Amino acid sequence: MPNYKLEINEKTYKVAVAEGTSLLWVIREHLGLTGTKYGCGIAQCGACTIHVDNVPMRACVLQVENFSDGQKIKTIEGLAENSDHPLQKAWIEAQAPQCGYCQSGQIMQAAALLNENPNPSRAEIKSKMNGILCRCGTYLRIIKAIEIAASNEITSKG
Amino acid sequence: MGKLKSSYSRRDFLKSTGGVALFVGVSGILPQLVSCSSPEKIKEVLAKHPITAWVKLAENGDITIFNPASEMGQGSMTSLPLLFAEEMDADWSKVSVEFSPQESEIYGSPGWSPGSKLMFTVGSRTTNSYYMTMRQAGAQARYVLLASVSKEWNVPISELSTSKSNVIHEKSDRQIEYGEIVSFLEMPGSLPDFSEDKLKNPKDFEWVGKKINRTDIPEKVNGKAKFSIDIRLPDMVYGVIERGNLHGSKPTLLNETQVLASRGVLKLISLEYGIGIIASTLEDALATKKILSIDWSNSKASSHNSQEIYSEYEKIASRTTQGQILEEKGNVKQAKKIASKTYQADFKNDYIYHAQMEPLNAVVKVSEDLSAAEVWVGSQQGFDTKLGVPAILGIDPEKVTVHLQYLGGGFGRRSMNDFVEECATLAKEMAPLPVKLIWTREDDLTYGAYRPLSLQRIEANTDQDGNLSGFSHMVVGDGGNLVASGTNNSHYNIPNQFVEWREASNGIRLKHWRSVGHGPNKFAIECMLDEIAHDQGKDPIQFRKGLLSNSPRALATIEKVEQISNWNTPTESGRAKGVAFVEHGSLGSGVCEISVDRESGKINVHNFWVALDAGVIVHPDNVKAQMEGGIMMGISSALKEQITIIDGKVQQSNFHDYQLLRMEDIPDLIETELIASDTHPEGVGETATPMVACAIANAFLALTGKRLRHLPFTPERVLEVLKS
Repeated sequence: MPNYKLEINEKTYKVAVAEGTSLLWVIREHLGLTGTKYGCGIAQCGACTIHVDNVPMRACVLQVENFSDGQKIKTIEGLAENSDHPLQKAWIEAQAPQCGYCQSGQIMQAAALLNENPNPSRAEIKSKMNGILCRCGTYLRIIKAIEIAASNEITSKG
Repeated sequence: MGKLKSSYSRRDFLKSTGGVALFVGVSGILPQLVSCSSPEKIKEVLAKHPITAWVKLAENGDITIFNPASEMGQGSMTSLPLLFAEEMDADWSKVSVEFSPQESEIYGSPGWSPGSKLMFTVGSRTTNSYYMTMRQAGAQARYVLLASVSKEWNVPISELSTSKSNVIHEKSDRQIEYGEIVSFLEMPGSLPDFSEDKLKNPKDFEWVGKKINRTDIPEKVNGKAKFSIDIRLPDMVYGVIERGNLHGSKPTLLNETQVLASRGVLKLISLEYGIGIIASTLEDALATKKILSIDWSNSKASSHNSQEIYSEYEKIASRTTQGQILEEKGNVKQAKKIASKTYQADFKNDYIYHAQMEPLNAVVKVSEDLSAAEVWVGSQQGFDTKLGVPAILGIDPEKVTVHLQYLGGGFGRRSMNDFVEECATLAKEMAPLPVKLIWTREDDLTYGAYRPLSLQRIEANTDQDGNLSGFSHMVVGDGGNLVASGTNNSHYNIPNQFVEWREASNGIRLKHWRSVGHGPNKFAIECMLDEIAHDQGKDPIQFRKGLLSNSPRALATIEKVEQISNWNTPTESGRAKGVAFVEHGSLGSGVCEISVDRESGKINVHNFWVALDAGVIVHPDNVKAQMEGGIMMGISSALKEQITIIDGKVQQSNFHDYQLLRMEDIPDLIETELIASDTHPEGVGETATPMVACAIANAFLALTGKRLRHLPFTPERVLEVLKS
């Protein structure tokens, strides 16, 4: 079984798994970072969205061997110390989640969006978030939360 | 703000130090107090009684309240403890919440038969069924505190009051925090019976009905919330099952030797309808699943073709032999005979799938001697709180401990135990190793249990004054109540009504899907009303107001939605509004505003307004969230979702070919107005969803003059209707 070195949330993990193993199973089942969720396995629902070198990607369709070259992987657990990322605070303010299962993916996708564009229009939010499904139908509150976070950040940065 | 603690177990309970468990709110067992700092004493009590605590109170004032219901997004982790805290007069900021053990005799709410108790999170019954249970238990807890202070201070209990976790004696200007009472807390000889008139008047509620943050949300934004799919145990192995895409088919494995030699495979387990694989890793289990070579038998479903079956259903509907009569009021035949006009239409709906975001899964660990088991699962519970596991293992229910986890969506699918029983079957073979069974999305969709396909034939009559005099509703489909519920028209003033169900049976797995029969049946009823109003040149809301004249609460919802939707103000060009009324415990009226892309056939829902009367609103922001989510699920199912079956084989497999509503297609606005009421709370989880299809079809009729009568309204169907 080959060994892989992964940089996740600024920590180095070593894991022995078969080549071709989905990064999602490595993260969840081997390393125990279960905040990243399995929803479809074919990059259609976005529940497994993580950041690889700051780019949002669907972990379920990534193979472990392609991400052990020092790429910086970030999961929901590493988004912010003390869970106080502006989006996490805004998510609570907007009371966005219901069942909560998709929300890690939603927040990771939104974090990547705000990194790229701190003040997105509603149309941009919808287009960038379109890949993340929510069966409970919390979409309007997710939009509200992203808008709250964006406006708080802009205010705090003057 | 209330917050959460990790899930509750008897072991944790024994480990906790300090504070007191109030064993109250339990019928048949005397209330008692147990000091949590004495594990021996706790053990002694537990030997005599099962854990019966609704609340734990610590010396520092921290209060833990146990939630007996599943949390699948509907907010039980907040609304039920809130009711308890309200009557206890607890300071909500000191409250934390844990799941209660799964013991229905203790933690059940009144069931459907008299005297029965049930832990079953279905039918929007959480708040409705636990409203009195939680309040009475909270009031008893408060009484224990009052009685103890009364004795300690030697003052009459009638002179004491409570506020925000304090007992107050105004006369002597003294007050004491609940936590400080722990040291001298004792159980009074008897507890008063708290009937409703002895509880708070809803207008005096301090927390109930206010803006309260949900207790479960902080851990749902940082990845810490535990769903059963997140459970990892030492030495855990993984199970997957191949079930094929023909429901009821039996497998014959053709390459067992090859499969057993596959990497990581520990065991193959044959089920009647599938082949189970146990492997040391999930990836090995999944890789092996792909190399299975299976010969599948025919099944009852083999001849079923979902899109051709409607002609069969039409024949069933046209037969002269009657089906099962569900409702008969007045005489519809007579009404038809003297009618000045008769309207008839068939409404159809295809199969749809739950698509809860967390695929089905469970973790089960069976003891080495097969005499006991632990289960970690997200379940909507059931008549059997041990979810079928005792029967699989042939052991007593007491030997099975269920650790309830968050549900990544339920919508009815998790009220079925198939996946838990499967996991127990696998775990029995692997004892004492814990087994995590995961359904892939493909498994979850293909071997789903769908909302049934059905046909609704409506025949309505009007008299010479244009009044609706008769209404006949025939449902043809499989699944009994799954298709036949939601046909009730008691709020409408229609003198002659008749409802019947005619059975069809196709061998397809079926299950309750959020709002169950209300979805298809309200679609048929509410569309027929608009077709009649349209024919008579009447405004759909004015038409319904006439029909609801004897039902003031229902009428108020129509009047309110008329107002908040600016119904009487013309819409911008290219758009139209449609209305629908739904009773599902609570009463709701909804208005949507749509436009149609006549090139592509795509319907866009721009706005949705809801007026709701649900009795006492325990947690208003959450009720609004339920309306928002219910509308979204309604739009998704009405416009996009469709399972098709050819020669018994399910044609869809994942979210690429079973489309759900995505963010780009949501309305700009969903606005909910909650109508104030002090009557017993009614369920809110399933009132919004059934409004949607009919409101959209009614708006479509207003916009185009054409009728949408077959769900879902896919662009192809819309184009076809526009061309007709």
